[in-house]
Amino acid sequence: MTLLRLEDVHAAYDESQVLTGVSLEIAKGELVTLLGRNGAGKTTTLRTIMGLLTPLSGRISYDGRPITGLVPNRIAKLGVGYVPEERGIFPSLTVSENLMFPSWGRGETGWSLERIFHFFPRLHERASHKGSQLSGGEQQMLAIARILRAKMDLLLLDEPTEGLAPLLVETIGTILKEIKGSGLTVLLVEQNTRFACQVAERHNILYGGKIVHTCSNDEFMRDTEIQHKYLGV
Amino acid sequence: MEPVFLFSQFFNGLVLGCIYVLLSLGLTVVFGTLGVVNFAHGALYMLGAYAAYTVATHLQLNFLACLILCPVIVAVIGMVLEKLLISKLYKLPHYYNLLLTFGLMFIIQDAIKIFFGPEGEPFNIPDLLQGAINLGFMYYPKYRLFILIVTAMLSGGLWLFIEKTRLGAIIRAGTDNAEMADALGTNISWTFTLIFGLGAGLSGLAGVLAAPIQNVQPAMGMDILVQTFVVVIIGGMGSIGGSILAGLVIGQILTFSIVFWPPGSTTLIYAFMALVLVTRPRGFFGRVSFFE
Repeated sequence: MTLLRLEDVHAAYDESQVLTGVSLEIAKGELVTLLGRNGAGKTTTLRTIMGLLTPLSGRISYDGRPITGLVPNRIAKLGVGYVPEERGIFPSLTVSENLMFPSWGRGETGWSLERIFHFFPRLHERASHKGSQLSGGEQQMLAIARILRAKMDLLLLDEPTEGLAPLLVETIGTILKEIKGSGLTVLLVEQNTRFACQVAERHNILYGGKIVHTCSNDEFMRDTEIQHKYLGV
Repeated sequence: MEPVFLFSQFFNGLVLGCIYVLLSLGLTVVFGTLGVVNFAHGALYMLGAYAAYTVATHLQLNFLACLILCPVIVAVIGMVLEKLLISKLYKLPHYYNLLLTFGLMFIIQDAIKIFFGPEGEPFNIPDLLQGAINLGFMYYPKYRLFILIVTAMLSGGLWLFIEKTRLGAIIRAGTDNAEMADALGTNISWTFTLIFGLGAGLSGLAGVLAAPIQNVQPAMGMDILVQTFVVVIIGGMGSIGGSILAGLVIGQILTFSIVFWPPGSTTLIYAFMALVLVTRPRGFFGRVSFFE
């Protein structure tokens, strides 16, 4: 069953058009990626889904409901969680406060604090620290934990491994598999193709503001030509 | 020069500083969160004073009622202004901000002139707070002491509210990253309305407190606005602690320059601002992200 559907979505920042007709479908429970070179429109796609950017044309629907043009907090309340590339941790809020944050937006809560702290022991140790005192890896974990806490159904995850040490990248991978296991649907934006292949079951390749290719992970791994042509790998 | 005289001047400086603290707190919280430099802030202060005059003279209510009622009235006016006008500014270039809030200031000021006349209204210190109290080392007017206590309590209360409550956490989150707060399901537009109302209410409260010791007249807001901006800039735009410290410092500089060097009293605070900005471009506790 389709959870998220984009149909011919066009979007632009000021005068420069970034998305020139993105069409995309994600089924419930899937972990799929959005791959592409710098400037292909990956982040813009996520921001458009989240309502942070209003599309010029096209339709977006979530769980069967049209969400095109809704404000971000409405979309979040429907169950869409967003972790931007820069993580979006509130620096002047403590770790605990950061975690409480989205559950006010949605009535029901997801993971309990105990479960989150059990799963991310590092966050437990730093519960009373301000967001500004966290390392990049801790911020990434907190940003993901925030979404789990809020019981979102879809996670839009923008380059979670960027700037992280290899060991932490592995941890993020484990976390993602665990999250998928708990039923969350994930749309992952990645530059790190190797990481993407380890965690995802399907890939969407964005090129020049359009999805030019969709394939399963196995197909993608075999098809070096695609990798070379669109991603420069 | 007598030490008692210097002490009483120091206290006068604190009291003046308190008015600046209350005014600049609102201005700085609104700027820090909404990114709006509100030139109509002084007009809201003036509205607070006129509201106190109206409530006390025409409704015959006591000063305590003024102190509670008038800030609420000004806060509600502020919230209406935010919903109708200020909220349109968030996505527009900064000069719209200047034009709108500057225009609002004149509109409010002239509206008051139409209703109350240009010459100002008398406002007496409430009976209960008249006279002086013996502090041991000097006598000091009760009312001025009262301003000190109210401001101290309010600053502490505001700090607790912002640092320790859920709504305070939402306000901090909105200040840190409004877009992200929105993307996490917070209806940020209502948060913004509330913050603007809070700033307006603080300004109104400053107006009520200042009414018995300053002239209640239409230009009172405009007169104090420039000094308030100096306080906010020195304290660091968006910083609550900075506003409190800078407000008290500016109160002292103004008071003591009037005592020791009257001709310099109007320029000295600007010289101080220049000095602060040369050594600390962000002010006392300003955050980097706003200007760098």
